Amino acid sequence: MSLTRAIALHLRKDLRLEWRSKDAANSMLFFALLVVVVFAFAFDPLAEESRLIAGGIGWVALLFATIVALNQSWSRELRNSVLDALRLAPASANALFLGKVLANFLFVAAVEILIAPVFVAFYNLRVLGSEWQLVLVAILGTWALVVNGTFFSALSIRTRNRELMLPLILFPISLPALLAMVMATTNILTGERAPMDWIKLLAVYDVVFTTVSLLLFEIVLNAE
Amino acid sequence: MTDPVTNPANNSNSEAVVLEGVSKLFGRFAALHDLSVTLTAGQLYALLGENGAGKTTLLRIVAGLARPTRGAVRVLGSSNVRLVTARIGYMAHSTLLYDELTARENLEYFRGLYAGQPTASAEELLVAVGLDAVDPKRRIGQFSQGMKQRLALARAMLSSPDLLLLDEPFSNVDTRSIAAMAQLMAQMRDRGTTLIVITHQLEALAGVADEWIRMRAGTIIRRESAMDRNSVGTGRAGER
Repeated sequence: MSLTRAIALHLRKDLRLEWRSKDAANSMLFFALLVVVVFAFAFDPLAEESRLIAGGIGWVALLFATIVALNQSWSRELRNSVLDALRLAPASANALFLGKVLANFLFVAAVEILIAPVFVAFYNLRVLGSEWQLVLVAILGTWALVVNGTFFSALSIRTRNRELMLPLILFPISLPALLAMVMATTNILTGERAPMDWIKLLAVYDVVFTTVSLLLFEIVLNAE
Repeated sequence: MTDPVTNPANNSNSEAVVLEGVSKLFGRFAALHDLSVTLTAGQLYALLGENGAGKTTLLRIVAGLARPTRGAVRVLGSSNVRLVTARIGYMAHSTLLYDELTARENLEYFRGLYAGQPTASAEELLVAVGLDAVDPKRRIGQFSQGMKQRLALARAMLSSPDLLLLDEPFSNVDTRSIAAMAQLMAQMRDRGTTLIVITHQLEALAGVADEWIRMRAGTIIRRESAMDRNSVGTGRAGER
């Protein structure tokens, strides 16, 4: 079975499960909205201040919202011990991992698209830099959060306090990526500095962590 | 050059499962204690014992889902069970199915994971376990426990495994369905599949099982062939 077909199989299943349960989407959306709105009321920023802080607030909101989705993502496989059936099947473990990463990426991206107009309205934002660079940062940043999150979520799946464990492991590991996302976004919003160095850092981070996750995932999946 | 450890051709074909001095510790608790057993291919084994006897742990080790703390395991001729898991069917206490999907969607998904191998179609499997008449749009979260059990059996059978491991398949299943499931197991055995079935419902496998294996405190305390059992009489039919 080709890797692509296996990835598509897992992805289709995860999208179908989410479409029917809406476990992750609802909680992610409401959580992200809540953070954005609360910060908007707490700081009540002017347009210029908004451009300086919006990158940080936006990515932190998404980071927390992503945690909610990631916790749901593997919980589905634990319910009814489906993970045991997946471990026994001959399909590649990396296909399972990449299928989940893609599904989580789509969930987070959908939340980003839905929340973006609210964000712009509440923070009175206008992008002064290049908009396509902002889209690139969003794609690379979301991938960074999701690929690490999916891996560490699988790692903490068998721990008793897995919902607490995931942020404890994920936040420190994600700090370099988070810094790059926030700095790149702020630079694009203010248009004062070139964001490319931060974008390159983010791209390298994505490549390194995706590779490491793929190399280690089978061991994590079959750990007792 | 073939690996003598994993090449089934270099092992006796008649041995489906060989365990030598297997122990499994969870902390200080020994779920299995120095257990040795050889199970012949193409037989149906009923695994009996009280709760906590180590039956499920034994099944998980044979399936490759758990590793023994000590001892050697050889399954379908391979001492690396991970290499032969595709030839093993496993039904656990849980259904190993997604509640949000329909029966057909579940089976199609798992069939997809076995692509490249001969698998029965979802329709054939549903007919085999008597679920073909169920509303195809009904998600299995709405199934009764007995229906879920039958579907779990269908999932375990989908790759036509050489070794089928069933952990209490008759739980919450009605009498008529139990008989049908036992008949299905007998048919699989007749086609050469080795079955290990954990059950507390001995009567379900009476006349079907080739051997009865009783466990206590992590080890095997008695093995009895169907013939021995029949010659003793039916007095044990009600034993637990």
